[in-house]
Amino acid sequence: MLELKGISFSAEDENKEVEILNDINLKIDDRFVAVTGPNGSGKSTLAKIIAGILTPTEGRILLDGEDITDRSITERANMGISFAFQQPVRFKGITVKELLSIAAGRAATMTEICEMLSEVGLCARDYVNREVNASLSGGELKRIEIAMIMARRTKVSIFDEPEAGIDLWSFQNLIRVFEKMHEEINGSILIISHQERILNIADQIILMANGRIQKVGSKDEVMPELLGCGQPCRTLTDKL
Amino acid sequence: MDAIQQSLLEQVTGLHEIPAGAYNIRANGQMAGRNTTANIDIITKEDKSGIDIRIKPGTKSESVHIPVVLSQSGLKESVYNDFFVGENADVTIIAGCGIHNGGNAATEHSGIHRFFVEKNAKVRYVEKHYGAGDGNGERIMNPATEIHLAQGASLEMETVQIKGIDSTKRTTKAEVAEGASLIIKEKIMTHGRQYAETDFTVDMNGDDSSVNLISRSVAKEHSRQLFKSRIIGNGKCHGHSECDAIIMDEASVSAIPELTANNIEANLIHEAAIGKIAGEQLMKLMTLGLTEKEAEEQIVNGFLK
Repeated sequence: MLELKGISFSAEDENKEVEILNDINLKIDDRFVAVTGPNGSGKSTLAKIIAGILTPTEGRILLDGEDITDRSITERANMGISFAFQQPVRFKGITVKELLSIAAGRAATMTEICEMLSEVGLCARDYVNREVNASLSGGELKRIEIAMIMARRTKVSIFDEPEAGIDLWSFQNLIRVFEKMHEEINGSILIISHQERILNIADQIILMANGRIQKVGSKDEVMPELLGCGQPCRTLTDKL
Repeated sequence: MDAIQQSLLEQVTGLHEIPAGAYNIRANGQMAGRNTTANIDIITKEDKSGIDIRIKPGTKSESVHIPVVLSQSGLKESVYNDFFVGENADVTIIAGCGIHNGGNAATEHSGIHRFFVEKNAKVRYVEKHYGAGDGNGERIMNPATEIHLAQGASLEMETVQIKGIDSTKRTTKAEVAEGASLIIKEKIMTHGRQYAETDFTVDMNGDDSSVNLISRSVAKEHSRQLFKSRIIGNGKCHGHSECDAIIMDEASVSAIPELTANNIEANLIHEAAIGKIAGEQLMKLMTLGLTEKEAEEQIVNGFLK
């Protein structure tokens, strides 16, 4: 179980402290949790704080009761946290096979690579020796990123907008990927998403706005709030 | 050859035994072995130190190995090797130099290689430079390469210097005739207080000639690198050079590209990128369980692969 206690985060912008997260308290032990909310509500920051990429200004993070707030990215990864970036990273010279092997923690065989890539709709034959560089499209990279997280099979798997940059056909398959993961995985999947179809299959939805948690609950409880949050200013509402 | 020389030989050629085909092995300034074939002749120069390698027209799928190893501290030598590749030949040439310096005096090897590649001949040229030994003496290599490509000829050169050379100045000059193509792939890693300088000058003299220079390098610790490339397009030609460097610690890298088009149809491009390892690359690998140091190694090894 992942627990966040009083997490706040602020960053400096032109010598001014900007509050990005404010007193976030959460317990994640459901198998499939979706985090949603308007742009700028702090969803990605929350994911980065869980993975250890950002350090919270205040608050503690607990994994199965153990305080991991001061643990490094590497330590958290080895303790069972995986994080699929919203924008996957490119590596000159590192192949798909090598990256998947690093993710799996051992030299993956061709059969294993084939298994991992076919899950995300890629044929291993075409990709295994390709470099993870600019020759791959954004959608291809995104699928490889998802395959890496699946290969790790950790306690907590975080996906930051996995649907971004993926075409409609692949999106159908993506839903299936998460449904399958939902059935098989022995841990929690935390997905940041704006897609109703992903929210539909979540056990629990966390709605964020302005760096705070607005609502936690089932889809039926949260969706009405989702449409009403954010409170735009007059100029914007007049145009809507 | 002794064990040190044997190990240097393995490093620069990847060979564990005597190579197949033509070869000439030079150890501490002396010939340590030679073999010629029906199509490839190796002749010792009479006026200076070095050899002529003559490859008959039409020779296909043969290789020539000409490794050099130096294990005697303080030895300084300049070696002149000329390659004459006949029309329509298709060969692989593997050179390379390994220095083991266990003493305090500088050991220096300057290999001056000239390639005369005749019409429609095809050459793959591989050279690897390596240094070892725990002495204080510097290991210095200054390879000079001169390439003449006749009509329709092509040469692909791979040059690698990954470890142990304290100072290197690598000069490559080429002239490329009509329809000929030249590809040079360079990989360099420097560390400690090493210095590496690369200087390419390529003249594209004929229509439909092309050149592609690709340099990837990593500079660590206090090392310094200088990359200079000069591409001159004198006809309807295509030239491209790319210098991609990762800089770490206190290192310094300079890239000085120069492009000259003397013909309206000359198409010349240069790309250069120097920077540290991207933070997001390190972070991605760390979220997969690698430590920062392991992540750095993966990125550098991939980059230089």
